[in-house]
Amino acid sequence: MKAPLSWLKDYVDIDISAEELKDKLFSCGFEVEELIYVGAEVEKCVVGKIVSLEKHPDADKLQICKLDCGEYGHEIQIVTGADNVFVGALVPVALDGSSLHGGIKIKKGKLRGVESCGMLCSGEELGINDDWYEGADVNGILIIKEDVPLGTDIRKVVGLDDYIFDIAVTANRPDCQCVYGIAREISALLAKPLTPVELVYKAETFTTSGRVNVSVEAPDLCPRYIAHYVRELKIEKSPQWMRRRLALSGLRSINNVVDITNFVLLELGQPMHAFDLSKISQNKICVRRAADGEKIVTLDEKEFELKENNLVIADGTKPVALAGVMGGLNSGISEETSEVLFESAKFERANIRRTSRKLGQKSDSSSRFEKGVDAYTTGVAINRALNLIDTLGCGKIAGDRFDIEAETVKPTVITTTYKKINDLLGIEVPERTIRAILERLNFNVKTKGGEIIVTAPAYREDIEGYPDLAEEVIRMYGYDHIIGTFMPTAQITNGGLTDKQRAAERVKKILRGQNYNEIITYSFISPKDYQLLRIPEKAEQAIKIVNPIGEDLSIMRTTLAPSMLETLVRNIRRGNSEARLFELASVYIAKSLPLTEMPSEELTLCCGIYGEKENFFTAKGVYESIAEQFGLSFEYVPATVPFLHPGKSALIKFNGKEIGYFGELAPDLAEELAIETNVYLGELDYAKIESALLSPLVFKPLPKFPEVVRDLALIADETVTCSQVEQAIREGSKFVTDVKMFDVYRGAQIGEGKKSMAFKITFTPHEKAFTPEDADGNIKRILRRLSETLGISLR
Amino acid sequence: MKENIENIKNEISLYLAVNNHISRKDLFDFKMNYLGKTGSISALSKGMRDVPAEQRPEVGKLISDLRTWAEQVFADKEEQIKKAELAARYASERIDVTMPAQFRETGTLHPISLVKKEIIDCFAGMGFEIFEGPEIEKDYYNFQALNIPADHPARDMQDTFFVTEDFLLRSQTSSGQIRVMENKRPPIKVLSPGRVYRSDSDATHSPMFHQMEGLVVDKGITLCDLKGLLDEFARKMFTSETKTRLRPSYFPFTEPSVEVDLSCHNCGGKGCRICKGTGWIEILGAGMVNRKVLENCGVDPDEYTGFAFGMGLERIAMIKYGINDMRYLFENDVRLLKQFKD
Repeated sequence: MKAPLSWLKDYVDIDISAEELKDKLFSCGFEVEELIYVGAEVEKCVVGKIVSLEKHPDADKLQICKLDCGEYGHEIQIVTGADNVFVGALVPVALDGSSLHGGIKIKKGKLRGVESCGMLCSGEELGINDDWYEGADVNGILIIKEDVPLGTDIRKVVGLDDYIFDIAVTANRPDCQCVYGIAREISALLAKPLTPVELVYKAETFTTSGRVNVSVEAPDLCPRYIAHYVRELKIEKSPQWMRRRLALSGLRSINNVVDITNFVLLELGQPMHAFDLSKISQNKICVRRAADGEKIVTLDEKEFELKENNLVIADGTKPVALAGVMGGLNSGISEETSEVLFESAKFERANIRRTSRKLGQKSDSSSRFEKGVDAYTTGVAINRALNLIDTLGCGKIAGDRFDIEAETVKPTVITTTYKKINDLLGIEVPERTIRAILERLNFNVKTKGGEIIVTAPAYREDIEGYPDLAEEVIRMYGYDHIIGTFMPTAQITNGGLTDKQRAAERVKKILRGQNYNEIITYSFISPKDYQLLRIPEKAEQAIKIVNPIGEDLSIMRTTLAPSMLETLVRNIRRGNSEARLFELASVYIAKSLPLTEMPSEELTLCCGIYGEKENFFTAKGVYESIAEQFGLSFEYVPATVPFLHPGKSALIKFNGKEIGYFGELAPDLAEELAIETNVYLGELDYAKIESALLSPLVFKPLPKFPEVVRDLALIADETVTCSQVEQAIREGSKFVTDVKMFDVYRGAQIGEGKKSMAFKITFTPHEKAFTPEDADGNIKRILRRLSETLGISLR
Repeated sequence: MKENIENIKNEISLYLAVNNHISRKDLFDFKMNYLGKTGSISALSKGMRDVPAEQRPEVGKLISDLRTWAEQVFADKEEQIKKAELAARYASERIDVTMPAQFRETGTLHPISLVKKEIIDCFAGMGFEIFEGPEIEKDYYNFQALNIPADHPARDMQDTFFVTEDFLLRSQTSSGQIRVMENKRPPIKVLSPGRVYRSDSDATHSPMFHQMEGLVVDKGITLCDLKGLLDEFARKMFTSETKTRLRPSYFPFTEPSVEVDLSCHNCGGKGCRICKGTGWIEILGAGMVNRKVLENCGVDPDEYTGFAFGMGLERIAMIKYGINDMRYLFENDVRLLKQFKD
C-alpha cells in the first residue's frame, strides 16, 4: 500500500517528520517497508529566470542564456539547444554538480568553446510528465508558469518534494489499504482530528430508476450493490491536483471519469466501475452467476469462457463486466461517452479470489476485493465519486440510486470489561486510557454497570471480540509496556522428550560416536531418482505433489537412498576425500492412492560412506554398533538390491524380520555417476526396531566362574559362511557366550575351493569352574557339530 | 686366610674396574661366585673351623667386613648398570611427540538439529513436552481449525503444496497446536518441531524448512507471560544481554498477534550490517491463542487463555552461527557439517 505524505496531510495535520512517522507507524503495526523521497534523484536543480539570450557564435542551434537563480547567482551562463526558451521565462536550472532523473550528473563544461555552468531541464529530465506539472510533456525546456522566487528548489514547484510510504498492511486490516485508512490510523496515533472526506454533491431531479433497472440475483456473492446514474458527461482531462495524486501512486491519468474511479479506489479502497449506459441493452443491469460457457472480452481485450461460479454484471443480453475483476470491452468509457452508471459494490472476496485465480485475470480491483471491502465503505465511496463529479463539474447526477443490500450490515458490538482486556495483556492499562485509545480509533464506548459496550467502526469488519480490543489498546498504548512474567498462574507440567524421541536421540548419538555426520535433505525427490536407482516402479507408489516447484521436487520420498546418494556424489565431486553421513528422517507411505486417509510417515535411517579406509565391513559397523548399544542381535544375509553390487550387499534382519539393507553401490551405476570412489549405502527401517530400543536397562550379574577363551583354526568349503560357522559353534556347546572370527586365509596349503577361518570362542561356565578337560570336551563337541553340519575340519 | 681375604677383594675390585659395561645378568653370576651359597666368601666363613680359636674374632671380623664391602660394591655397580641401561633405553625409545595422534573422530549433528536440540533443552526445562505431528496434513489442521477458512486471504501468506484437495504438505507447525489440544486438556505446554513446506525457493527461502511451534494453554495466561518466556529463551539461546521486542502483527490463529524481534547479537542493538542498521532481528511470530482456535479444539476460551509462538529453525541457525546463505544448510557439504561439534 503506497500512501503519499502530501495526500495524507489532506486529512491529518502531520507535524512530525516522515522518518518519525515511519517509526510511529511501525510501532502500531504498520511496517513502512520503504520510505521513498520522490525527488531523491533530482538534486541542486533550482528555478532560474532567463535574463538574456544570444546566439552561439559557432553553432546555429545553440543559444547562450544568462540566468538569474537568486542566491545561486544572478548571471549564470548556460548553453542550451532548446528553442522554446525566451527572455523572462522561468525554467528549471540544473546547476554545476547537480543530478537528474536516471542518475544523470551535470557538470560545468564548454560547449563549442563557450562555458556552460549547468543545464536547462525538460520535464523528462526531472522524471515528470504532464500529470505532475502541466507543460512537462513539452518537447523542450519546462516553462514554469507560477511566479516563484528565483532559486527555489524545483522539487517544491513540480510536486517532487514529497514522500511515499510503502506500507505492509496485514491481512486483517483491509480498511487500511487506502490513503484515507492510513490517515485514520495516523490521526489516532497523533491524537489529531481527522478531516472527513467531502461527500456532498448536487443531485438533479431526474432518476436512476427512470433510466435503468438494476437487480441482484446472486446476493450471496454480492452483499451490497449500489448504482447511480450520471448524465450530460463532459469527458475531459482531470485537474492537475488529481492527476498528480494518481501519478504519485503510479497511475496514468486517462480522463476525468476513469480517473475519479481510480482516485476513489486509492483514497477509500473501494473499487469503482462506470458503465457507458448507451452500450447497455434493454436498460437492464443484473448481478448474476454466469451461464456455463458464456463469454466475455474484458477491457484489456482478453476473452474468457465463464462457468457458473463466476459472477458477472450483465445487461439484458450479455455480460458487461466480470464482477470485481474487470469491466467488459463492450461497455467501457470512451471519448464519446455521455452518460454512465457508477457502480460501487461489495463482492464476496472468496469468490473473486477463486475467479481471479481460475481465469488468471488480475486487476487492482480484484486484488482489492480479495483483501476484503466493507459494506459501509461501499456506500461512502459512491458519494465521494459523485462529489468529485460535482466538484469537477463534469456531469449531472441523478436524484436517486439503486442500493441493494442482502442484509443491512450492523457494526460489531462487544460487551466486555476493562478487566478482561487487562487480564489478557497481563498489565493494568488505566480504564481512562483504554477508553481514550478506543475512541481515538472511532470505537464508541458506553459504560453499563461494570461492563463496557464497545461498538466498532463500521469499516472494521476484523473486530470480533475483546481480544481484538486488547490488541487495539496495546498497539496504541505501546508494546514496551508489556513486562515479562513467568506464568505465575500456570500449573507445573513435566516436560521433556518421550521415550521414543529419546531413543532416536540415542541412535543419533551412537552414529556420531561412529564418526557419522548428520545430513538433512528435502523430503521430496524426482521420479528420475527412482529411475537412476533402477526402481522406477516404486515411484508409482509414492505420494505426488499436484503443484510442485518442478519435477525434481515432485514426489514425497519412500526411500532416503536417492537423497543420500546425491549428497555423497556432491561431496565427492567437490573433492572431499571421505565422508560418513547419515540421515534419520521420515519416508511417506500411502495406504491408498490418491490419498483418502493419513499416510504413514515412517522414520528411516540412511547411512552412506566413502573414502580410502572404507569397505563393506566398515559400512556394516554402523548397524552392529546400534545392535551392540541396544543389546540387539542383527543377522545379515546376501541380498539383491537393484542399485547395489550383487556380491557386496546384505539384507539386515532382526528377529527373523527384514529391517534394512546395505552394500556397495553397483559399479556400473557408479560409472554412470562418474565417480571413481567406492560408495557404500544402506537404509534401516527404524520404525521396525523402535520398540526394541525402548526396553529398559537391567543389570546382568557378572559370571561366577572365570571365562575360558579358545582359538580354533578351521578348514571349510569356500561356500560356507561365517555366520553358519558361528551358529554351529553356538549349537555345539551351551557354554558358548561369544564367537568371533578373527582371520580368514586362502592358499595352496589349504587347497582349492577351501578357506581357513580362525575363531575366538568364549565359554562362560554355569555351575562350576572349567577344568582344561571341560574345555577340551566342549571343543570336541563343537568340532563334531562343525564336521557333521558343515563338513568343517580342524586345520 | 688374611691373604685369601685380600685376594678376593682384589679380584672383585679388578673385575668391576675392568668390566664397565657388564650386563646385570653377568654381574649377578659373578656376584654369586663370591656371595652365593657356594661362593668363595661363604667358603671363607665355612673355613672358620680351621682358624685357631684366638684368631677367630679377628678373622671373623675381617670376613664380615669383606662381605659388607662386597655387598656394597655389587649394589653400587648394579645401580650404576641399571642407570646406564635405562639411559640407553630412553635414548633408543625416544619418539617425535609432535607426530599425529591416533583417535576416532566424533561425528556431528546437522546445524538445524543442533539448534532444535538447544531449543528443546531450553523449553523442556520449563515444562514443555515435545510433540511431532504429521508432515502430510489435512487442510483442516493446517488451515481451517487455525481460523483460516478456504479462500481466506491469509492463505496467500504461504504458498502451499497440495497432494489432493484435502491433503497438503503442512505449511506451518501450527497444525500441531490443534492435534495437541484435541488430545490433551490444559494445562498444556508443548513444543512442536518439524519439517514444513512452502512453494518458495531462493537465497532466503527453501521449499522445505523447519519450524518450532510453542503452545501454552492454562488459566490466566497473559501476553506478559509470553514476553517473559521469550525473554528467557532469548537469553539462553543467544547471550544473557539479549532483549526481545514485541510489535503488532497479524496471524489468523492468534489475537493479539505480535512479531518478536531480538536485539542484534552482533552489535548489541547499535545497528550493523546483520540487523540492517535497525539493532533488531526479526525472529518469530507469536500471540495469544485466538478464541476461535480454542473453541475449535473444545477448550473453553472463557476458562482458559494461552499463547503460541512459531519460529524458523533455519533462520535461528543462520543468525546463531553466522551462515549467510540458506542453501548451505541443504547442500550437506561435509566440510560444513564437521564444523558443528556438539
